[in-house]
Amino acid sequence: MTLAIDILLWIAVGALALFARMRGRVLLRDGAREGLIEFAKLLPRICIGVIGAGFVAEALPNDAIVPWVGPDSGLIGTAIATVGGALTPGGPVIGFSIGAAMLKSGAGAPQVIAYSTAWALYALHRLVIFEVPMMPARMVWLRAAVSLPLPFLAAAFATLLGQP
Amino acid sequence: MTEPSPPRHRRRAFDWSTAVIAAVALGAAGTVYWRDGSAHFNAILNSDFVLLGTMMPRVLAGCLIGTFVTLLLPREMVARWVGHESGFAGLLIAALFGIILPGGPFTIYPVAGAFLAVGADAGAVVAFISAWTLIGYTRALVWELPFFGTHFVIWRIVEALPLPIIAGLLARMVVKAGLARIRGER
Repeated sequence: MTLAIDILLWIAVGALALFARMRGRVLLRDGAREGLIEFAKLLPRICIGVIGAGFVAEALPNDAIVPWVGPDSGLIGTAIATVGGALTPGGPVIGFSIGAAMLKSGAGAPQVIAYSTAWALYALHRLVIFEVPMMPARMVWLRAAVSLPLPFLAAAFATLLGQP
Repeated sequence: MTEPSPPRHRRRAFDWSTAVIAAVALGAAGTVYWRDGSAHFNAILNSDFVLLGTMMPRVLAGCLIGTFVTLLLPREMVARWVGHESGFAGLLIAALFGIILPGGPFTIYPVAGAFLAVGADAGAVVAFISAWTLIGYTRALVWELPFFGTHFVIWRIVEALPLPIIAGLLARMVVKAGLARIRGER
């Protein structure tokens, strides 16, 4: 499964590189160079995020997590997870590693879903650094407002579908 | 017509949010070492490195896919398919684009801005951004899978499928009710 995903991703890279090459050698070189620079810049973050997540999950006392966002925490737990997710600053390494740490420490699956969904929709730093400067302000507010019910809907669907 | 190139994103290799995470990680590592001993500490460190090893090739592939698509994407053509008259199909198409477009916020928001500039409605733009953040496959494959495992990720994505459309419809209702006015200028 893991190998299949790696192969799939690299086939996509190969196809895109070929397509870029057909459009010109410069495009291929630019794409490859920018991709590599991007990767190099991400490296320290990934290392810290992944290694950190393992220790954070281990260090967190389960007794402290479960009453707040445990499987029996219901709507309140979902609301807490949603607020936590929306306020989490940082990219996918941070968002997903905290979600995974929550799950390992005994949080309920629907609550983790609410957390991931809220983080994906709001991630504070992404909103501030990228969305506000790049989009009209009203558009940002509109999107933020209509996204409010989504983490709760996701948690409700998760409860309806049953545990993974 | 020359297309404005998307703003170069200036992501530094290290910033404050990473520094905070690093501090938290160090604190947690110290706690585990002090509380559970070095054998347990090494076991966790080892499994973290294994996870890191499986992620590396994917992250590199994700970065390359993101930059190539940004360079190759015919932005204007895409935007025409999600214009004001596009109706429910426009929402579906916008969500689909959000799912298949790889890359980070530095790719997505310029595209969303281009959508608005060529007359896409607010609902389509909301559906597009929501689909990218919630279902986007590069993010799921590269980042989410190693942390959560295939089963959980598929389960989460199934639950997320209707959400971009719901958000898009809500945005249209808000605009129609006169609570917000979105024009195509940036």
